[in-house]
Amino acid sequence: MWNIIEQIFPYAVMYTIPLLITGLGGLFSERSGVVNIGLEGLMVVGAFTGALVTSMIHSAMPYHPAAVWIGLLAAFVSGVAFSLLHAFASINLSANQVISGTAINMLAAALTVFLARNITGSGKIQTQGLRSFDVPILSDIPVIGKLLFTKTYMTTWIVLLIVLLSAFVLGKTAFGLRLKACGEHPHAAEAAGINVRLMRYIGVMISGGLSALGGSIYIATISGEASGSVAGLGFLALAALIFGQWKPLGILAATLFFGFASTIANVSQVIPSLAVVPPILLKVFPYVVTLIALVLFSKSSRAPKAAGEAFDSGKR
Amino acid sequence: MRVAVVSLLAILFGLLAGGVLMAATGHNPFEGYRYLFEGGLKNPERIGNTIATGTPLIFTGLAVAFAFRTGLFNIGVAGQMLFGGLCATAVGLNLDAPRPILLLVMIAAAFLGGALWAVVPGFLKAKYNVHEVVSSIMMNWIAYWTVYYAVPAYFKGTYLETESQILPAAATLRDPFISGLFGGSYINMGLYIAVLAVIVVAFIMNKTTIGYELKAVGFNRHTAEYAGIAVNRSIVLSMAISGGLGGLGGMAQYAGNANNMQIGVLPSQGFDGIAVALLGASAPIGVMLAAVFFGLLYSGKGFMSAMTEVPPEIADSIIAIIIYFAATSILMERLVSWLIKRRKGQRSKPEEQQPAPPPGETSGKKEGLYDVEHH
Amino acid sequence: MEYIVEMLNIRKEFPGVVANDDITLQLRKGEIHALLGENGAGKSTLMSILFGMYQADRGVIKVDGKETKIANPNVANRLGIGMVHQHFKLVENFTVTENIMLGNEIGRFGMLDVKTAARKIEELSARYGLNVDPYAKIEDISVGMQQRVEIIKTLYRDANVLILDEPTAVLTPQEIAELQVILKNLVAEGKSIILITHKLKEIKAVADRCTVIRRGKTIGTVEVASTSEQKMAEMMVGRSVAFKVEKQASKPGETILKLDRLTVRNSKKVEGLKAFSLEVRAGEIVGIAGVEGNGQSELVEAITGLARVESGSILFKGDSIAELGIRQRIAKGIGHIPEDRQKRGLVLDYTLEENMIIENYYLPPFSKRGLLNKSFIRKYSEQILKSFDVRSGQGAVSIARSLSGGNQQKAIIGREIEQNPALLIAVQPTRGLDVGSIEYIHRRLIEHRDKGNAVLLVSLELDEILNVSDRIAVVNNGQLIGIVNASETNENEIGLMMAGVPAEEVQT
Repeated sequence: MWNIIEQIFPYAVMYTIPLLITGLGGLFSERSGVVNIGLEGLMVVGAFTGALVTSMIHSAMPYHPAAVWIGLLAAFVSGVAFSLLHAFASINLSANQVISGTAINMLAAALTVFLARNITGSGKIQTQGLRSFDVPILSDIPVIGKLLFTKTYMTTWIVLLIVLLSAFVLGKTAFGLRLKACGEHPHAAEAAGINVRLMRYIGVMISGGLSALGGSIYIATISGEASGSVAGLGFLALAALIFGQWKPLGILAATLFFGFASTIANVSQVIPSLAVVPPILLKVFPYVVTLIALVLFSKSSRAPKAAGEAFDSGKR
Repeated sequence: MRVAVVSLLAILFGLLAGGVLMAATGHNPFEGYRYLFEGGLKNPERIGNTIATGTPLIFTGLAVAFAFRTGLFNIGVAGQMLFGGLCATAVGLNLDAPRPILLLVMIAAAFLGGALWAVVPGFLKAKYNVHEVVSSIMMNWIAYWTVYYAVPAYFKGTYLETESQILPAAATLRDPFISGLFGGSYINMGLYIAVLAVIVVAFIMNKTTIGYELKAVGFNRHTAEYAGIAVNRSIVLSMAISGGLGGLGGMAQYAGNANNMQIGVLPSQGFDGIAVALLGASAPIGVMLAAVFFGLLYSGKGFMSAMTEVPPEIADSIIAIIIYFAATSILMERLVSWLIKRRKGQRSKPEEQQPAPPPGETSGKKEGLYDVEHH
Repeated sequence: MEYIVEMLNIRKEFPGVVANDDITLQLRKGEIHALLGENGAGKSTLMSILFGMYQADRGVIKVDGKETKIANPNVANRLGIGMVHQHFKLVENFTVTENIMLGNEIGRFGMLDVKTAARKIEELSARYGLNVDPYAKIEDISVGMQQRVEIIKTLYRDANVLILDEPTAVLTPQEIAELQVILKNLVAEGKSIILITHKLKEIKAVADRCTVIRRGKTIGTVEVASTSEQKMAEMMVGRSVAFKVEKQASKPGETILKLDRLTVRNSKKVEGLKAFSLEVRAGEIVGIAGVEGNGQSELVEAITGLARVESGSILFKGDSIAELGIRQRIAKGIGHIPEDRQKRGLVLDYTLEENMIIENYYLPPFSKRGLLNKSFIRKYSEQILKSFDVRSGQGAVSIARSLSGGNQQKAIIGREIEQNPALLIAVQPTRGLDVGSIEYIHRRLIEHRDKGNAVLLVSLELDEILNVSDRIAVVNNGQLIGIVNASETNENEIGLMMAGVPAEEVQT
């Protein structure tokens, strides 16, 4: 039993990380008051850009070690840029944020495959990813060594760092306070002299960047090929955001939960003792559990009160 | 009228943007569009295919439009299509009955399956005020995985693991008469059902007490409650009807246009339904027209892609861009107002018939997505 | 420098309406200056301009004698102008300190220094007599304390000029008295105050001078001490105002509504109404007086069916209705003019005629076998709109949203009265309306009474209760404090009862 856990833990973590960073992105957007259903599309954009840049660098300079990292950076930037569409529609034009987010998803899927076809003819871009490694010394620690420090990726640690940073920024800084105010009571924020629109733009752009990063990490660690879809991970991240009740550490717990469930579902065919559980249950588990959470938290949800409302400046 | 102009503008801008996209990637937009429209309209067979491609979109558009009109955002149509389609497929592969009965039972199964799938978010909203967008998205993915595992387990296709058994011809909506009318296209009886659905939905919305109730609840559930209308029941009923329409879309797609189901796909028609509803301003006739237009785009993209080097995803891109412009309809409306002002040289009237806004923007108070109870 | 703030010849237009038309307001240092006007006269707009939330189209603002442009609230704050809003701009799940320091955070490198801010708040609190708990969450504190938090917000930013927008709308009589003391403290410390209000009594109690605005124009500025309430009311409305409503004595008949030890829980699962007993008879108007949140909502919701009864009974014409649904109660003859006309009373996106039938659309002749009878509905609605003087752009097909507040309310009242309910419950029926509409509505309520029906009037405006009711029941903390005849009591007595003093001790 323990053996199995040891074996799948690194995979679960690998699966969790893209979810985690994307969910974190969604957190910034929603806390600022803009609902972002388009996380999936932003991940796709990041996946595409990361794969494209990485493979372009590789074809020019094969096996250049920094190629993947430059790809990740490019992905982040592309996500920020693409998210401006959603930001502009939601903030300046007071569009329905759900529809705008849906448009982002559809546009990302269509556009990236369109561009990919133009480039490679097949609509998919293959790329070399990151290699997993064992952390020297730390991986020899009994128990947690095997769990946390073997078969790990640099990106995992970077993402965890970002999580801690986010928790700090949201909880202890002036910026965090202002951001949260924009999501809870934008008129109060405005009356306090805060530029609500700017804050919301920042929130959406952060979500764009982080989600795109998540998408490209997904390619670099799990999938290896950008195909215009990230298999619903963006929506799973949204579920994790809600299940984690809009707190960075909550999202960490939720995504870990979901990551495990997905991993077990994937490997259950191979590992006999896990095959007892019908894989469908494991695959739908995150969604069902989120539905249950929505019901349980319905009275006391910590959702940002003004998320989803267009901000009407100066309205009383 | 304003509304129609706004929709047309969104389409225009979408097509323009598509043209720019084609040009920017080294293709000739005129050639591209020529083959796109030829591909959809060149001969009776192609026209038939265009209509057929648009038929599931009529259903999904009606589904979303009906929900919009009653104050709900049904973003779960893709899942309702899947589940309704699955139910119809199950019946079609297993029920031995004369064709008219078989088809009727399949249609009922599709409707009920879709309705059931939508009732879950409806119930959660009515009882616990869980926003239907979030719960519907969850249901989409539950449907996705249900089909993913149910098909290989119970309805496995003969050749491929990733698709279901082919339905016997009698269990599909195929009909030589209408196919023949359109030069052998795969247009089928789904069209009849779709037109019927349009008429029925329009009738319910405008003439009946049920429609009046559901709209009242959708616009302002507080006033509806105050007046004695059963709000919870209405919300569930709205979602059920909406989901049922989505389920019928599944039938039209998986037992009409195609004759089996693929696993691992969340049907895009579900989300296209949102664009169709927006463009059609949530009015049944508008929905039908918008659906056929999208059918044209999808249907023609294959021909275009064969005759030119333009990737077929251009059609999907154009549709996504149209949604984006439809969502930012304020921009369109401002444009229209500005144009009218220039023409007439006077202020435009403040009270114009507004299209049914996506829910959450009525009842005098903007509702947030997670609408936590304020006291 | 006589004036600390001057707004000269201010003009502000919105699409379709001139909110401020050449308005002039001058505030002397150290005075309490009232800004008086009816709802919709333009007071809030003017103050929003002063606070930087809007920009004037024309006109000049001078602070301390210097001409300035106030582009946004930050600029206003820097100039020493602070605003206490009518609808508090407080983030509910932040603490008092977080709310106060929002936008003005102290700390190094962008971090929050909550302790220092809290200390400063405690100092301000002590200095001005504004009792607040810096670490409490807004959602947990009383309305009165929330208002004090809003006041401290302005002082925290070193405001010298405070604008208070309808500050007493949500306060108990005690809290109003406390606020008046606080205002005097602030002035003693050198602050100057603008008080936006339409309550003449309060102007008389604290203000030095008063500027009256009507329909966007300045009518005049008067010395409060030497101007009567009557005169101020006339300036506000433009004609002589009758403070009392003309009515004959009531001739009560059989008991229509009987509440016996009615107990109702509110949404917080607390007993909002406790063992309440009351009778309302045909041909009389019973007013429910009390400060907001003392059980009136629970009372009305229990009678109309929007809330469940915990214990006790409700008898309508002798029959128990506690188990009946809302629709059944309406059918039996209970009409309800709701407190919030936009949230509860109308479907704003429906047309007027669609709104007129919302309670009876399912009955013949409005519909038959599930199909609406459009021509009958049209005729019925036009009837109501005509007889209740509802003004709209396109008659029965106007969208409800396009009507003014007063006309929306008249439409609702028309809808309810047209069904001739034996019991008409009117909750805050004249809130936010101009004097003309208020008089009209009062007349229709009395008319309904004179036809032999029972009327239950719930209102937060004491004047309204005293004027219109025949008998008055006072509620405090969910309990009935006492029932008195309107003609035999006065505002002081009712005020004391509203504060919880039992009727026996109050009546002399």
